Amino acid sequence: MANKTILTGWGRTSPSVAELLRPGAEAELTPLVLAPGGRGVIARGLGRSYGDPAQNAGGLVLDMTGLAAIGPVRDGYVTVEAGVSLHRLMRELVPEGWFPPVTPATRQVTVGGAVAADIHGRNHHADGSFGNHVTALDLLGADGVTRTLTPGDPDFWATVGGMGLTGVITKATIRLTPIETSRMIVNTWKCPDLESVMTRLTQADLAHRYTAAWVDCLSRQGRGVVEGADHARQGAARSFRARGFEAGPGFLPVGLLNRHTMGLVNRGLYATTKRESVQVRPLASFFHPLDRVGHWNRLYGPRGLVQYQFVVPMGAEQTLMKIVERIRRSHAASFQTVLKRFGPGSGGWLSFPTPGWSLSLDFPTTTKGLAWLLDRLDELVAEAGGRVYLAKDSRLRPELLPVMYPALAAFRERRRELDPRLVFQSDLARRLSL
Amino acid sequence: MKNAFGEPQSLLLVGGASDIAMATAMRLVRRRVRRVILAGRPSPARDAAAARLAEAGATVETADFDAFRVEEHAKVIGDVFAEGDVDVALVACGLLGDADLDPLKAADVAMVNYVGAMTAAIVCADAMRRQTHGALVVFSSVSAGRPSGSDFLYASAKSGLDAFARGLTEALRGSGVHVMVVRPGFVRSRLTRGVTPPAIATSPETVAGAVLDGLRAKSEIVWVPGILGQLTRLPGSVVRRITG
Repeated sequence: MANKTILTGWGRTSPSVAELLRPGAEAELTPLVLAPGGRGVIARGLGRSYGDPAQNAGGLVLDMTGLAAIGPVRDGYVTVEAGVSLHRLMRELVPEGWFPPVTPATRQVTVGGAVAADIHGRNHHADGSFGNHVTALDLLGADGVTRTLTPGDPDFWATVGGMGLTGVITKATIRLTPIETSRMIVNTWKCPDLESVMTRLTQADLAHRYTAAWVDCLSRQGRGVVEGADHARQGAARSFRARGFEAGPGFLPVGLLNRHTMGLVNRGLYATTKRESVQVRPLASFFHPLDRVGHWNRLYGPRGLVQYQFVVPMGAEQTLMKIVERIRRSHAASFQTVLKRFGPGSGGWLSFPTPGWSLSLDFPTTTKGLAWLLDRLDELVAEAGGRVYLAKDSRLRPELLPVMYPALAAFRERRRELDPRLVFQSDLARRLSL
Repeated sequence: MKNAFGEPQSLLLVGGASDIAMATAMRLVRRRVRRVILAGRPSPARDAAAARLAEAGATVETADFDAFRVEEHAKVIGDVFAEGDVDVALVACGLLGDADLDPLKAADVAMVNYVGAMTAAIVCADAMRRQTHGALVVFSSVSAGRPSGSDFLYASAKSGLDAFARGLTEALRGSGVHVMVVRPGFVRSRLTRGVTPPAIATSPETVAGAVLDGLRAKSEIVWVPGILGQLTRLPGSVVRRITG
């Protein structure tokens, strides 16, 4: 291999070696897809998936960030190349009064990755996931032909959430959200226990476009803070300024993130939050808490972190509470625990969001008994008719996947029709037999 | 593929289902291994092993592997890798010799323990290098370094294999492939039934535990029990008395 590179996901677990190429134009992709070598090829964006979907051990990985053209905005729609990051999209479009339809907790994801993982944000209950706002996408298939897919085409929905395994997404047309300012009006409520967090979040969903709750998993009651926000309508300038692209806090001692320090931080966060407040905040400060510190994943040390995000259907509140209780009792400390209620799913075959309660957690990989604990949580989630998020997974038992994703069989079949030689390959695909 | 906790999901047993290989396989299946390939001669023992592993939850495939037929190794093992990545391969071809020096029997011992095991390991290593990941576990023996009166044919073959595997460890450094040499002392198993165990004897279960620990820690040499690694500093005559 020419450019052997060790790649990991954002969680920095399971590194694998691949040849990494960064094409500068769409035309360069075709020959690579037609003759990728014996171990196949996968597209990679900014590497923010936590697990292994953008890795391909022994094969070829295409760094898509070289394809980064942004077209003009027409009637609220924009066509962009797959390697464009949401960060750049915001920098260019917010001053013109447009906002991406969906943004996760980091701006450092590409549009191609956003489609392939069908990402969601705090507005899922109101606006759905990223795939809901894509009106067309260009897909370079295993046959070397680029097709334009629209939501009327079943392959569109195999690709949205398809983790890059149906082909290389080269372009997408996205419906943008019009905004009047670059500020958010953020309502905050402090809730003493999990039940009141859930009630408040449900109420907030009715009144606000963007909602989420932070849960203190280490507290006995599962207390938390609920936020409900909307774009501010007028006044402030629209310029988009993002603070904090400093290199990682590599100097911080690894052991800093442990149960005790996290407990202290949580207590401090909770104590300093007002019982109820309304604030005007910049876009970045509300949407992208993870971007305040570059490479925060290094805080977890060389063994990295394991993200765990699941959704259980509405009505399975008991399962959610049971899981939170189990995590608390196991003394596994999750630094960023976020609760969110999802609205209807997009229709992507392997899309994660389905109506229900979603909780996302992150644990240091070295947490004692973590592998065992998460296996048990998987069982509870599957039993309740829920699922885990493939863009965050790095350790699911493969046999649970068809239980969690009923459309998996259809996906597997279609993938093999589109790509009989399985040219599109990733460590995730191998690990979970996609 | 291994998962975030480094747990393997597919396992190849070369040399069939010895007690040690089975004990290791059962432990791995209880964790994350789902695909097990038993490469060995067709036999009721292989069928029984396949049934036990399937019962434990694995999808079991068999491959007709014969340590003597080195010319087939590339094809037989190559086919296994063509079906999907192998995360761990255990090379455990074992045949004990006896004290009377029959040249043909001695050749058999060398063929199984050394030549066959080596060619199989080379094929595995090559395939793993291409997939850029995987662990290759080569079963040597404590006697490889200390041939004793009763089993020096076996020891001489293991000694060759041991040297080969240590060389392979160096050759594959940086390739993503982890080579691990396991040197058990006397193991009470089917292979050694009827032999009087020495002072320090171990069991297939203990060896399996040490293999799992070694895989996790990415060890290159594993002694079972671990104390044997220290004993090599003692004079040979003493060691032989303790380890058999």
